[in-house]
Amino acid sequence: MNRDSRAVEVLKVSKHFGDVEAAKDISFEVESGEILGLIGPNGAGKTTVIRMLMEIIKPDSGDVRILGEPLQEATKNKIGYLPEERGLYKKLTVVDTLSYLASLKGTSGSATRQRATLLLERTGMLPHQHKKIEELSKGMSQLIQFIATILHDPQLVILDEPFYGLDPVNTRLLKDMVSELRKQGKTIILSTHMMNEVEELCDRILMINKGRSVLYGNLSEIKARYRTNSVFISADGDLGQVDGVLTTKDHGTHQELLLDGKTSPQKVLASLVNRNVTVNRFEVATPPLSEIFIQVARGQSE
Amino acid sequence: MNKTLVIFRHELLVTLKRTSFILVTLAAPLLMLVGYGIYQGVQNWYHPSEAETKTIGYVDQAGGFDQYTDLGATFVRYPDEEGARQSLLSGEISEYFVIPSDYVRTGLIVRYTMKRELEPPSQTMVSIRGFLISNLIGGETSTEVLERAKTPIILSSIRLDETGKEIEGQNPFMQFFMPYIFAILLMFSIFFASGYLLQSISEEKESRLMEVLLSSVSARQLLVGKVLGLGAAGLAQIVLWVVSFWILVDVALAKIPALSTASMPPGLLVLALVYYVLGYLLFAVIMAVLGSIGTTARESQSWSSIVALSAMLPMFFLNVIIENPNHAISVVFTLIPTTSSVTAMMRLPTEGIPAWQLVLSLALLIAAIFFCMWAGAKIFRACLLMYGKRPSLSEIARYIREA
Repeated sequence: MNRDSRAVEVLKVSKHFGDVEAAKDISFEVESGEILGLIGPNGAGKTTVIRMLMEIIKPDSGDVRILGEPLQEATKNKIGYLPEERGLYKKLTVVDTLSYLASLKGTSGSATRQRATLLLERTGMLPHQHKKIEELSKGMSQLIQFIATILHDPQLVILDEPFYGLDPVNTRLLKDMVSELRKQGKTIILSTHMMNEVEELCDRILMINKGRSVLYGNLSEIKARYRTNSVFISADGDLGQVDGVLTTKDHGTHQELLLDGKTSPQKVLASLVNRNVTVNRFEVATPPLSEIFIQVARGQSE
Repeated sequence: MNKTLVIFRHELLVTLKRTSFILVTLAAPLLMLVGYGIYQGVQNWYHPSEAETKTIGYVDQAGGFDQYTDLGATFVRYPDEEGARQSLLSGEISEYFVIPSDYVRTGLIVRYTMKRELEPPSQTMVSIRGFLISNLIGGETSTEVLERAKTPIILSSIRLDETGKEIEGQNPFMQFFMPYIFAILLMFSIFFASGYLLQSISEEKESRLMEVLLSSVSARQLLVGKVLGLGAAGLAQIVLWVVSFWILVDVALAKIPALSTASMPPGLLVLALVYYVLGYLLFAVIMAVLGSIGTTARESQSWSSIVALSAMLPMFFLNVIIENPNHAISVVFTLIPTTSSVTAMMRLPTEGIPAWQLVLSLALLIAAIFFCMWAGAKIFRACLLMYGKRPSLSEIARYIREA
């Protein structure tokens, strides 16, 4: 792995507030151009980790490197950060807000204005650009916050609970824009407690619980590791007895077949097809991230 | 553009556009204008009645008071009190007095008037005095001596320094009013600046903007940009007030004579400005830090009034400082950074400040500003993100050590 390809390196950082260990020996890396999902329940320590990345909180111990070096003032211009605790100047108009926040990132001028117009257009906020922030709905001002985060075209984008409080339409919009950023080669850290929401977006995940890293790696590998050895199937007619299937669970719209561990899902499908069963849906069951989290958390507390 | 400059510009423009700022800025000159108008009105309404020559009756039981009956008022002699009283009741005379037979021994005069008054009008008193003096000694001395007897003293005091040289610039207005005006101006600036700073910081804290800002700029840049930006807005306000005050004084010159001779040597003016700006900066930084510590605007406000009170402290000792500038209290207040600027404002126009005190006091003030900027940025940074929890004193000390 090339050293330059690492956008973020975190080595054994710890932080405690009084008696509470908000983070304990957390290490991870984010490759350039990937999306790392930082997931865990509320209060797991995600925001603490992110604040240590941004040097808003100093770690008690450990090392953080952003874009190859410890965070410096100049580096801040290359980072777009959407904090969990976020707001805007209520009395300022949308365009004034965006141009001020962009100028704090060292960008201004007509190129920035053009980019702002483009992003406002993309989010459907262009008609509201001269309104004051206090006249906007909560969802709208969230979109403005997101635009402000990426307006200066940052290399590294850190989003802390970006979908919190958004309706499904805007959630979809934001997810699409995050995917576009990834296609443009940006590095993204996405923190959320809604684990299932981000499965489709993340390349890799870091799962945190009670201030500790509990699971870290490639998302598909993790899912494969936690596979329960069962398949989901919905088919016309009775399946009858299938070789290699231990039990069958009925879920209403579909059934879950628990395999014996020696027979592969392909073999089961082949035998069903051979028996002329009409298969409408056949899926190797991988548990959603929230299921995996519950398993991991249970293992941790035992 | 430098980020501190970006913040400076933003804070300045936002404050200048604030409605409350514009209202307060315009209200002060308007109030002055109204005050001046009332003063003029009172003068105009009061003077004409004084200017009219009064007709005053008198009863001379002592004898000899029969000349000089036209001195600022017309004096009409009545043979007895009954006649005088009738004339007073019919309005022929506005008042009358009785000179008893033993007047020369006792000096007692009994005055009768129908007006309700707190004390006899000064103009009337001057006229009666003149009438009495003239009649008492008029025949025995020259007109010149008589005039001098009526106005025995027109005072002009000159102070000498140690070498016996005359000290110039003696002016009662300079001595007593300029210190007041400068000190009050500075205190106003401090109160207003603290108001804007507290408002701006608690607004950013309450609307959860701090983390966004701190991910773009350092706490020091934010603090310095804010203090300078809001400071400049406050200064603009003061300048506008001073200019409108000056214009008003120009108009009032002829009317209020004491103002016409007021001027200040340029050297002193520069020093006063230096103290003004430095004192202002010190308090602005302290206020900004207080704004970051308090969890609500109200809480910060009460803290800030304690600090503002320390700026007012020299005002309570105004008499000591102006009349006895070398008193220990004056010297101590000149040296302590939180009181030095207001004290210097009072001492500069009157006595001046000895060089060693001046240098030491400015050095201490500048050192205090740098210390507050340094420590303040750390406290600021640590406290900005604390919502709903006010740090204890020991925690604040820890922030300064650690950050």
